[in-house]
Amino acid sequence: MERVAVIGVGMTQFARERPAETAADLVFEACTRALEDARLSIEDVDVVITGSNDFFDGRTISSMAVMDACGSYDKNVSTVEGDGTFGAAHALMRVLAGWGTVLYCAHHKGSESVMPLITNAMFDPIFERFLGIEAVTSAALQARAYMDRWGLDEETLALVSVKNHGNAFRNPVAQLPLETTVEDVMGSPYIADPLKRLDCAPVTDGAAAVILADREHARSAGSRAVRVRGVGYSCDAFHLGDRDLADPSALRDAAARAYRGAAIDDPARQIDLAEVSEVFGYMELMWCEGLGLCGPGEAGEMTASGRTARDGDIPVNVSGGCLSANPVLVSGLNRVIECVLQVRGEAGEHQVEGVRTAVAQGFNGPCGQSQCVWVLGGEE
Amino acid sequence: MSDGGVKRMYLVVESGQAEQPFRWSAGTYGSRFLTAIRDDGTFTGIKCPKCGHVYVPLRRVCGPCFTEMTELVPVSNEGTLVTFSVVSFGFVDPSTGKHRAVPYGYAVIKLDGADSYLIHFIDETDPAKMKAGDRVRAVFEDEGERTGSMLDIKHFELV
Ligand SMILES: [Zn+2]
Repeated sequence: MERVAVIGVGMTQFARERPAETAADLVFEACTRALEDARLSIEDVDVVITGSNDFFDGRTISSMAVMDACGSYDKNVSTVEGDGTFGAAHALMRVLAGWGTVLYCAHHKGSESVMPLITNAMFDPIFERFLGIEAVTSAALQARAYMDRWGLDEETLALVSVKNHGNAFRNPVAQLPLETTVEDVMGSPYIADPLKRLDCAPVTDGAAAVILADREHARSAGSRAVRVRGVGYSCDAFHLGDRDLADPSALRDAAARAYRGAAIDDPARQIDLAEVSEVFGYMELMWCEGLGLCGPGEAGEMTASGRTARDGDIPVNVSGGCLSANPVLVSGLNRVIECVLQVRGEAGEHQVEGVRTAVAQGFNGPCGQSQCVWVLGGEE
Repeated sequence: MSDGGVKRMYLVVESGQAEQPFRWSAGTYGSRFLTAIRDDGTFTGIKCPKCGHVYVPLRRVCGPCFTEMTELVPVSNEGTLVTFSVVSFGFVDPSTGKHRAVPYGYAVIKLDGADSYLIHFIDETDPAKMKAGDRVRAVFEDEGERTGSMLDIKHFELV
């Protein structure tokens, strides 16, 4: 792939509710931080891309409401309605199309809507929506299918929640650091069995932004520019009933495409750190397998042995992950940003030693229907 | 309403009872599928001429093959449980606007004669009493009560 780098990143503080800020205010905060991080001013930006969802924002053409806040006035601007990993992929394509410096921002105010009503609307209105099925209940069906496939118990799934909520203590922007145990997770109330409250990500307000640039424009960032080595995406069937919910096949395809670009043939050995979108604890296990960080059905054992812990050989979600802050759409972008910070060695208290190559994963749709993978950093 | 001090400082504007009504066409195949349930209490599948996969509910195109399907095939009212969940959180039913009583069960079902799965309610709320592979059958609303929607199927029950 042509040389494209991430030269600036910015995240807001994530919280259950940020009543003092509108969505546009959050976008302004994230973009300002990303520009400061890149040592650029808005005049240096050629293209702006916004990420928003009209349903979540309760307004049509929701992107227009944040135009001023992301400095897109009079600029080449477009919008991606979907997870931040996909929005950032669009930014990447704009750079590859010859635009030197591209700013992409995404926002989410979960506090302003009723999450289950909106995620219910993901489903087919003729055949599925009437059931009331939404993000959590569809995930519960997937969690059980995955557990049954590999003979896992709920305690194993709970390990992810314990690890990630614990990791969040070292991430200053995380919403939900929690000292918790497997017993605590098991004792938290069932939402939709086998998922319990502590297996599920919280509702979050926040925004994030990244600046991507081609080789020439990345020069100003010097060693702080983190190279994009490979990006891939892939989509599974829309109807849940057409899918094998226990098999992360779309992620496997997306990863294969990203790894091809990045010349990675042994991900478990060549990737130093992963940030995945575990909106529910079990998803971290499935996504680790889809990314090839371990074999199919092995992620439970890998997690139980501590290999994905902060001091393990393949740390996963040292930021605390989505379980510790889940601004929908922004969540995947956060995974990319965390990987960038880790490769730069600037992740602060949650920095892992010697991260050269990191992988970020995000998804759209119920049960990880559409998957996107980013490989960042590594050898020139 | 008593919010915290911080919240009182910042005002919110509510959308109130605003609605966005839609009328979704069920299309030719969706209509056939729902009509067979309403009029006969039976399920219909559609078979891909290329890969032979039988889909439920009906639709026009086999996604993996990108091939038009036209051959309707009968599918049984019985099948097997693929996976399930017992839901415990209070939720406003989008079809009625009312709070649905909890707990209730969701199931992914493979009807005999179909290759894809159907998602619906299961009339069992104890997860210990169900497992993948269990036999289930559809329970329909009474004849004359059916309206041509997926809710003409009351739920599935363990056989
Ligand atoms: Zn086919």
